[in-house]
Amino acid sequence: MDSQSIQLPYDVNAIRADFPILAQMHHAGVPLVYLDNGATSQKPVMVIEALDRYYREYNANVHRGIHKLSEEASEAYEGARVKLKKFINAASKREVIFTRGTTEGVNLVAQTWGRANLKPGDVILSTQMEHHANIVSWQIVAGQTGALVRYVPILPDGTLDLEVYAAMLRDLPVKMVAVTYVSNVLGTVNPINEMARLAHQAGALILVDAAQASPHLALDVQSLDADFLAFSGHKMCGPTGSGVLYGKQALLNDMPPWMGGGDMISKVTFEGSSWNELPLKFEAGTPLIAEQIGLGYAVDYLSALGMDKVHAHEQAIIIYALDRLAELPFVTVYGPTADKKGAVAAFSVQGVHAHDVAQVLDSQGIAVRAGHHCAQPLHGLLGVSATARASFYLYNTPQEVDALIDGLYAVKKTFAV
Amino acid sequence: MYDFYRENILDHGMNPRNRGILDPADMDYEAHNPLCGDRLRLTLRLDEDRHIKELAWDGEGCAISQASASMLGEMIIGKSMEEVRQIDKQVIFDLIGIPLSMNRVKCALLSLKVLTVALYGLGEWEKREQADEDA
Repeated sequence: MDSQSIQLPYDVNAIRADFPILAQMHHAGVPLVYLDNGATSQKPVMVIEALDRYYREYNANVHRGIHKLSEEASEAYEGARVKLKKFINAASKREVIFTRGTTEGVNLVAQTWGRANLKPGDVILSTQMEHHANIVSWQIVAGQTGALVRYVPILPDGTLDLEVYAAMLRDLPVKMVAVTYVSNVLGTVNPINEMARLAHQAGALILVDAAQASPHLALDVQSLDADFLAFSGHKMCGPTGSGVLYGKQALLNDMPPWMGGGDMISKVTFEGSSWNELPLKFEAGTPLIAEQIGLGYAVDYLSALGMDKVHAHEQAIIIYALDRLAELPFVTVYGPTADKKGAVAAFSVQGVHAHDVAQVLDSQGIAVRAGHHCAQPLHGLLGVSATARASFYLYNTPQEVDALIDGLYAVKKTFAV
Repeated sequence: MYDFYRENILDHGMNPRNRGILDPADMDYEAHNPLCGDRLRLTLRLDEDRHIKELAWDGEGCAISQASASMLGEMIIGKSMEEVRQIDKQVIFDLIGIPLSMNRVKCALLSLKVLTVALYGLGEWEKREQADEDA
C-alpha cells in the first residue's frame, strides 16, 4: 500500500487549514510534521479566536458579578459545561467538574473520596500500563490511609491480563479500580465496560483515566458505567489548563470538598463553613474561565467533525504506520496490533537512544516524544529506559507517516546502525 | 435608571411583607445564595386541612430576592399543599416582570427554592432543576 491510495473519511487537507501552526516551517524549508499529539494537540483557529474574544470582549469573573460582562462570562462558562455534558453523555451538568486536567481530576478523587472512604488494608487496583498520574495519586492516599496499591499485569501482547484482574477483584478487598482507557505508550484500548461490570460486581468503584481517549473516541460515561472519568482539554484541541472530572452525582454529593475558597461555599463563619452544591463544591477559586470556554469550542469542533470519523481516520493512519514501521528491521514497536489500539506507536531504534532518535527526527521537521512518557514502571517491564513515541491525531496524513519512515532511515544512517 | 427596578420590585423589595420568624412553626427552612450572600429563612404554619395558614420570611438580600419572597408569600397564604406545588419558576418570573440575567435568576428563585424544600424536601427541588436541564 502506498500513502496516496489510503481512503480517509474526510478531506484532511481542509481540516489542516483549520490549524494555523501546521502551515508553518519547522526549520527553514522543512515543514512541520507534528506527531506528538499524545503530549498535547494543536488548536484549531476557532479555539484560538474564542480565547482572544474572551479577553478582548467579555473578560470578567464568573458567578458573582451583576454587571453585563460577568453575565456574559458566566453564561459562556456554564455554556461550556453543558457542551461537555453532552460530549460525554453525562446525566447532569452537575456531574461535570471543571479541572485543570486529568491529573487534577484523579488527585481530587484520591484526596476526597479516597481519604473519606479508604481504610487500612483496603486495595486500590491500578494497572501496569498507567500514567504516573493514576499511580502516584493513589500511592499518596495509600500512605495517608493505610490502603494498598496493587497493579493488574499486562500480557506480552500489551493488553491487560483480565483473568488476573478478575482474580484480584475476587481475592483482594478492592475498593477502587483506577485504570486508563487508552494507554499513552502502548496505545492499548482497555475494555472499560467489562472492567466496570466486574468492579461493580466486586463492590468496587472504577475511575477511568480518559486522557488518551477523549481526543479520539466517542465517550459515553453512562454506557461505560464509569463512576469517575477524568480527561484534559489540551489533548483534544482545547487550551492547556482546561479539563473535566466526571463523577456520578450520588458519589460527588457524598464526597467532602478538596480545596477551600470562593465559589465552593454555601455559608462561611469563623467557626465553620458549609459547602455549595455541585459542581461548584469542587471548583474553589476563580476557575480557568477562558480555557474552559475554549474547551467548549474544541468540543464543538470535534462534534462537527464527528468522533466516529476522527476514530476512523486515526485507525487508517495507525494501520498504515504500523505496516510501514514493520518494514524497518532496526525498529521495535511496542503494544498490541492496530485493531486493539489507538493511534500511537512507541518504538525504539536498535542501538540508538530515544533522545537521539527524536533529535535526528527533529532535524527533519518531525516532532515526536522521547522518554518514559510518564510511565516509568511500564518501561521497566518493557526492558527499556526510554522509547520514542509517534502519536497521531485527526489532522495527520499518510504522507506524514512516510516522512517519519524516511526520518528513521536518516537516524539509521546517522548512527550507522 | 431603566425599568429594572419597577414599582412592584421597589415596593416589595424595600418593604417586604410577612417579615419575621414564627415560633413554633410546622415548617422551617433556610437557604443561601452563596454567590452573592443572600440568606432567606421561611417559617410557616399549616391549618388542619394542610393549607398555608401563616408564614414569615427572615434574612437579607437584594431587592430582587426580597421582593420575590414577599410576593410569593402573599400569593400562597390560604393555598393547599397541592396548589403550592404547582408554582414553578415561571410564576416567579411573571411576578418579577422583568427579564433576568443568569446570575439574577438565582436571586429571584431563592424564595421558591426555600418554599419548595420546606414543603416537599430537597429532592423535589433537585428534580425540578434536573427537569430544567433536560428540557
